[in-house]
Amino acid sequence: MDLFAQLLTNGIIIGATYALIAIGLTLIFGMMRVINFAHGEFYMLGAYVALSAATEFNLGYFVALPVAVVLIAVVGFVFERVFLRPLRNADILSTALVTIGLSIFFQNTALVIWGPKPGQIVDPFGGTTVMVGDIGVTAIRLFALAVAVAAMVALGLLIKYTKIGRMMRATFQDRDAAALQGIEVDRVFSLSFVVGVAFAALAGALLSAVFVVSPDMGNMANLKSFAVVILGGLGNIPGAVAGGFLLGLAESFGAGYISTGYKDGISFLLLIIVLLIRPYGLFGREGSEA
Amino acid sequence: MSEHAGVQSDLPKPRIGTMKAALVLVAAAAILGFPFAVDNYTLHLAILSAIAVIAASSLNLVMGYVGKLSLGHAAFFGIGAYTSALLSVSAGVPSWLAMLAAAPVTAFSALLIGPIVLWLRGAYFIIVTLSFSMVLQLVIINWVDFTNGPMGILGIAYPSIGSFEFSSKASYFYLVAAGAVVTIWCIRRLMQSRTGRAFEALRENENVAMSIGVSKLHYSLLAFCIAAGFAGFAGALYAHYVSVITPEMFGFDVMVGMLVMVAVGGKGTLSGPVIGAILVTFVPEQLRLVKEFRLSIFGIVLMLSVVLMPNGIASLGPTLRGYWERWRRS
Repeated sequence: MDLFAQLLTNGIIIGATYALIAIGLTLIFGMMRVINFAHGEFYMLGAYVALSAATEFNLGYFVALPVAVVLIAVVGFVFERVFLRPLRNADILSTALVTIGLSIFFQNTALVIWGPKPGQIVDPFGGTTVMVGDIGVTAIRLFALAVAVAAMVALGLLIKYTKIGRMMRATFQDRDAAALQGIEVDRVFSLSFVVGVAFAALAGALLSAVFVVSPDMGNMANLKSFAVVILGGLGNIPGAVAGGFLLGLAESFGAGYISTGYKDGISFLLLIIVLLIRPYGLFGREGSEA
Repeated sequence: MSEHAGVQSDLPKPRIGTMKAALVLVAAAAILGFPFAVDNYTLHLAILSAIAVIAASSLNLVMGYVGKLSLGHAAFFGIGAYTSALLSVSAGVPSWLAMLAAAPVTAFSALLIGPIVLWLRGAYFIIVTLSFSMVLQLVIINWVDFTNGPMGILGIAYPSIGSFEFSSKASYFYLVAAGAVVTIWCIRRLMQSRTGRAFEALRENENVAMSIGVSKLHYSLLAFCIAAGFAGFAGALYAHYVSVITPEMFGFDVMVGMLVMVAVGGKGTLSGPVIGAILVTFVPEQLRLVKEFRLSIFGIVLMLSVVLMPNGIASLGPTLRGYWERWRRS
């Protein structure tokens, strides 16, 4: 029973970060029809920028977080303007290739700047453990969970209640019709991309005090967020949240009860099984797969 | 489209026929003479690029002609390599027989995976094919008894016919060059056939193609299996050349390499993957001067080439010819 509760909490916390990364990916796909293969690298860069800001510039973890998110958002903004906007009407292959090129560039450049040695931010809570019922959870993990949930709620409110959120929903439904209503689709795309990569950067920055940071950490993040996004249905934000928690729990229990060797494979197996039964994702609607 | 030009040149025009024969002779002489003209390292790169030509051309069949971006194609390259390596090292089958078996075994694996993935569309197809290759890589890493896990398979022998062993670089170059020529010829014949036209019809408009009786699943599965067979053949050629293979062969890096070859070279053309495979094998070597920034520059070049040449290098030929014609007429 103890093991079960421990695995459950682990799964929820990991799941929250999966959800955070995947929301960005699904937002970018849903709006722009771009599969962002560099998404994991934005996550990785978020972690490294936070690490550098916290340790080399002595800003501390809590200042490093917003610094990393803002810097990566700026990088995302520039990339979108220079490389994605000219490909607005290109097929999905072209944009996939551009983001693959970006991921190669980021990964190698990070390796040059920060070196292959993994790093980590010192736990700002000094390893304090909080008791939740019978089980102990480190304070830093609870903090990460809280920030992740807050960010998701904030995005939900933005999309639901603000003018820009209405513009995003309109663009999501029909790009051309939205443009005809006077919505500046280019600006909506730009915003979606920036918010999407900022979410990935936030996840990376949050986790830089929980896990070790390495230049190739984006690879697994990429593959897993792909799995999460498909589980939830491409472009479906609540689906990505649910998919993130589902994958976090499945991995946690899979590793605890079955085998750790195949832990990273669980996401793909889950994905393939779901697609066999519901090819448009667990929460997607039929016809949304194009 | 260069394929249409190819069809026309089959018409009985003697002048073009002679020119074609002369071109074939020159190309054959160039291939035969190549090992004598270059140093060992260049020859090594040439062997790798000939193998890459086969792999990239096979990916192009699915990606360029049928229009489905499969990110699982590197897995077929890996399946071919492992099939041949396991057969020859673990089961003691002669190398040449193991290599011949690699293609049909890989095609058969595509026949198993194909029906599951081929009815998915767009982004779903892209991501699920990628997932399949990742699952396969994990299985290869974890199934140590069968595949030797992360250590890979060592000591894969060169193929031999009778008492002749393809152990010298020059002889292996002839082997892979022959393989590349046969592959390209097969794909060219295939694309000129009724089946090839069905592939292109599916790419241009799935619904229209289906309405005139082109079965989507039938033809895309056929292309998927043929492409997998060639990729498996390339994998076997690779395994017996480098003599060591590891689960890395199934990795995303290998896939990206192939993808870049087809996209930068020009998808949906016969020459595109050839140009791309040679460039991607040779150019990064020339970037050795900038050492650690090599891959960073590669990434930027890839991004720029997609934005500036969306249809690849092979499309530049017809474009330039168009400019030339217009300039001459004016």
